[in-house]
Amino acid sequence: MLKSLRIACCSLVVGTSVFAGPLGIGRIAQPDEIAAWNTDIRPDGQGLPAGQGDVLTGEEVFVENCAGCHGDFGEGVGRYPALAGGQGTLTDDRPLKTIGSYLPYLSTVYDFIDRAMTVGYGPELSDDEIYAVIAYLLYSNDLVDEDFTLTRENFTQNRLPNEPNFIPDDRLTREGPHFRKPACMENCKADVNITSRAANVGQTSE
Amino acid sequence: MIASAGAARAGDPVITQMQPWRETLGDPVNAKAYGTPSEFENHVLRRRVEWLTADAFSSIDFTPIDQLDGLITPNGVCFERHHGGAAQIDPAQHRLMINGLVDRPLVFTMEDLQRFPRENHVYFLECAANSGMEWRGAQMDSVQFTHGMIHNVMYTGIPLRVLLDEAGIKPNGKWILAEGADASGLTRSIPMEKALDDVLVAFKMNGEALRVEQGYPLRLVVPGWEGSTWIKWLRRIEIGDKPWHHREEASKYTDLYGDGISRRFTWVMEAKSVITSPSPTMPIRHGAGQMVITGLAWSGRGRIKQVDITLDGGKNWHKARLDGPSLNKSLHRFYFDFKWDGKPMLIQSRAHDETGYVQPTKDALRTSRGVNSTYHNNGIQTWHVQADGEVENVEIS
Repeated sequence: MLKSLRIACCSLVVGTSVFAGPLGIGRIAQPDEIAAWNTDIRPDGQGLPAGQGDVLTGEEVFVENCAGCHGDFGEGVGRYPALAGGQGTLTDDRPLKTIGSYLPYLSTVYDFIDRAMTVGYGPELSDDEIYAVIAYLLYSNDLVDEDFTLTRENFTQNRLPNEPNFIPDDRLTREGPHFRKPACMENCKADVNITSRAANVGQTSE
Repeated sequence: MIASAGAARAGDPVITQMQPWRETLGDPVNAKAYGTPSEFENHVLRRRVEWLTADAFSSIDFTPIDQLDGLITPNGVCFERHHGGAAQIDPAQHRLMINGLVDRPLVFTMEDLQRFPRENHVYFLECAANSGMEWRGAQMDSVQFTHGMIHNVMYTGIPLRVLLDEAGIKPNGKWILAEGADASGLTRSIPMEKALDDVLVAFKMNGEALRVEQGYPLRLVVPGWEGSTWIKWLRRIEIGDKPWHHREEASKYTDLYGDGISRRFTWVMEAKSVITSPSPTMPIRHGAGQMVITGLAWSGRGRIKQVDITLDGGKNWHKARLDGPSLNKSLHRFYFDFKWDGKPMLIQSRAHDETGYVQPTKDALRTSRGVNSTYHNNGIQTWHVQADGEVENVEIS
């Protein structure tokens, strides 16, 4: 009895040393735990669940669950964001940033609806319903036809028009040399005039 | 000026007459088991700009930096920014998971986390959109609203590299995804180089547990980087080989320049400063004479080396006095002591950080970026001090 206990003890120690990190704190995450939380989705399609949905189904789901804030056609209500339109406005005085005009990757839409829109802000949607809503949003942005069906298999083929217009942070090379010149301390300018005064007019830059 | 000696006049009654706080006992010890500020300080509050956001759940308020001094922001007035409200989480029900490209996917309880070696660091947290309402010109009538999306506290936490080492990063693990447990499930991608450098997983601020609105019981601390990366209610770190391009690093927190090109992953908060007093809510009431200009300076690239003050709209500059500890990626406090002649002034501050970066003018930023980039407005702020001591938010040529 004593011997078998000792064996059980030692095999447990060996087992722990295989799975434990250097400090031996915490425990191994179980597959069902990882599956419950590891739902994030990437532009290459990693993380997309099986499913599909078409534009007309998506319109019904969207009008029922999303339109209260985003408008029937994704035009936005009040300060809630517009999701459609705005293509060609990014150099305008007042750009309209939407899925069709601004967002670089469609995967962001699936991830965000699944992550934050169908909990808290709306009822839980099935995977098929999320595919359908995204098909409708592509249609609302004139990116697919009315008979389009979005599936896990064709998802990454749907590239968004503004993808090429994103670049990594270039402040160091673009502005760095200019903003690292020695600063003037005396007689830096002759005249100073007030050009703008605070006027709380509700201006955001979005 | 000191009043000249002359005929004696009636003394100040608060001196010559007995006051209630002198003749009666005050509150007993423990009258408030958790202390709060004096009732005479009840104007020192976080404030919200109603029109700024669609609702109050995905919204922001502002630290009353006009009323504060020193370096450390009191926990109760640290600005809030939530994307799905402030989650109320029982720490006994909170878990931190590390998964993805690791040797051992791990789960930690809050009790587990107390067993790791921990450190203390003071860091500023600035929202990328701080001063974002000023891109098109002077707009807001207080420094709380122009510059109050910032706070500076001492964090107690575990270096993220220690936790990642416990899970074992696979060689192709180049990025982390940090995820919150709140209704927004907020996520941000962070490159491994930063994750292994100075990022903390923190559970205390200024010595006490994180406030609910700052991510209780656990948050990420990403020194020098935009606040959106400091994931609150932190429940998961995933290791991957590529960034995720999620909503808060694609649709939001990307910077659209005037040419239609957008910058992504603009993480670093560049050197910035502002005079907090005098400012529109802190007018000069004492008239001409000796006075103090004070304010804050900070840089996401390290320490502040110098702050300059101008009283004449940038014609001439004077070095301000930096006071208190100069800490890496922390707020720095500056003072400028001088005798005001009672004439109008156009006052500005200009920060230099240890990399040689000099805080630019707002017009220099606009020339480079246009007015629609929303985030990262670190331009020089101008206050117009009028002869009566009132202060106005302006921009100048």
